[in-house]
Amino acid sequence: MSFTNNSASRTIQSRSAKERTLNTGFIVFSQIFAWSVAGTLIWLACLVGWQAIPAISKFGLGFVFTSSWNPPQESFGVWPEVYGTLASSFIALALSVPIGLGVAIFLSEDYLPTPVQRVLVFLVELLAAIPSVVFGLWGIFVLIPFLKELTPLKSPALLPAALVLGVMILPTITAISRDAMINVPQDLRQAAYGLGATRWETIIQILIPAASSGIIGGVMLALGRALGETMAVTMLIGNANQVSLSLFAPANSIAARLANQFAEASGLQVSALMYAALILFGLTLAINIIAQLLVTRLQKI
Amino acid sequence: MNPLQETFQQTESILRTENANIYYGQFLALKGINLDVQKNKVTAFIGPSGCGKSTLLRCYNRLNDLIPSFRLEGKISYYDRDLYAPNIDPVQVRRKIGMVFQKPNPFPKSIYDNIAYGARINGYKGDMDELVEKSLKGAALWDEVKDKLKQDGRAISGGQQQRLCIARAIAVQPDIVLMDEPCSALDPISTIKVEELIHELKEQYTIVIVTHNMQQASRVADTTAFFNVKVTDQGNRQGFLVECDRTEVIFQNPREESTQQYISGRFG
Repeated sequence: MSFTNNSASRTIQSRSAKERTLNTGFIVFSQIFAWSVAGTLIWLACLVGWQAIPAISKFGLGFVFTSSWNPPQESFGVWPEVYGTLASSFIALALSVPIGLGVAIFLSEDYLPTPVQRVLVFLVELLAAIPSVVFGLWGIFVLIPFLKELTPLKSPALLPAALVLGVMILPTITAISRDAMINVPQDLRQAAYGLGATRWETIIQILIPAASSGIIGGVMLALGRALGETMAVTMLIGNANQVSLSLFAPANSIAARLANQFAEASGLQVSALMYAALILFGLTLAINIIAQLLVTRLQKI
Repeated sequence: MNPLQETFQQTESILRTENANIYYGQFLALKGINLDVQKNKVTAFIGPSGCGKSTLLRCYNRLNDLIPSFRLEGKISYYDRDLYAPNIDPVQVRRKIGMVFQKPNPFPKSIYDNIAYGARINGYKGDMDELVEKSLKGAALWDEVKDKLKQDGRAISGGQQQRLCIARAIAVQPDIVLMDEPCSALDPISTIKVEELIHELKEQYTIVIVTHNMQQASRVADTTAFFNVKVTDQGNRQGFLVECDRTEVIFQNPREESTQQYISGRFG
């Protein structure tokens, strides 16, 4: 075999001008799109921050720890809302993490015939497609009357809001945990069974730790959603400006405060609402950053 | 009867396979297997891909139970107990009959916990540090990892990981260690280390090893079983045992033509 030595076979065709223009155009356009998405986030944050400046300069950090919300006297604070937001979200998590994880285990192992399993997985994921206003209506007309029969509950309160939130974030936790469990290499299952581990020992001691980064990611995503959920919470939490340790007492959340008051707000009140929005924004951002850090750290292990 | 065969039959058989047919659903994967595994010997399963040697191996510790369509006809017994009798708990079987897999598969835990895990679930009450050290020494890994027992089991080299998996298997103190192509993912030097280890392990354990590498079988095994595969009229691939004898016999003077051909590299 020999290589031909004539010059024609040695030249490499240069790219046509048209192709080069198209290529550059594509790169420029996709860059613009990418930056505009990031830009929207920054622009939104700046806008909210800008409008919050009067309230920030007037109330400072004390805003977070003050309980009054008195537009005529221009005295504002979001302590009850911060408390209500965190309490309702964490109660929701406490309910839905064990249930969601349990469902994820059940639907990732071969307990059920595959077709039944597929239908169940689909139904669980469909739960995420229900609009939150529908959850709110269900809470008002079904859950609250039901709870009134069983508990000291008299009106919309923290408990029904937290329960409905729990149901709303259940599909997120279930779907992401299930994916994480399924993606644990088959090797590890076999290694555990091969050592004489029972199914439970394998699931609890090997599969869940191996899937923990995904599971925690799902929980954090769910928490982010719970913190910001507006409609269902506004309809169920009672919108009372108070901090009460009772689950049966009306409470409030930042998102509910914003939704309730924007229409009639003016002047410093708008600024105070923006400040509250900024706090909520910071809260969810912090949760997401922590989630990212946890996930990357756990993936390294 | 020639003298070689006489010594072959003297040792005690620990795993006995009688008329075993192995099905996946309707599909007969292995047909009519009769095979004895001798105690404290190394038995190698060789044969072309798809002949079912790994499938048979996984029957010995009931790992095939995890595949829903799996079904066994015939009998596999450990000493005189039927491994597939209804009152036998597969979990207990796997504690007696350990397994090392093709790809090293340490748990995402520390080296120490990789070893301790099996012992813990088996209710080991003794000194865990001592057991970990003993098992790692048994797997010829102790000197390499004794200063990093807290490190992740996946942070060491592939060859070390595989020896860690062997250490993990022997920490449970099984009778038999099944090895499913344990060196196929390893470099030649790690392979030699694992083979040397197999020689040492057979003092205490019975070893059944599936291998694609005929030199490996001739180096480590006392007994070698040659499996082959044929295509049935329906177009399915069906494995069967051709012959099983002392390794020297299989490699130097096999009874069957196909064994001779496979050994000399003419197919497979």
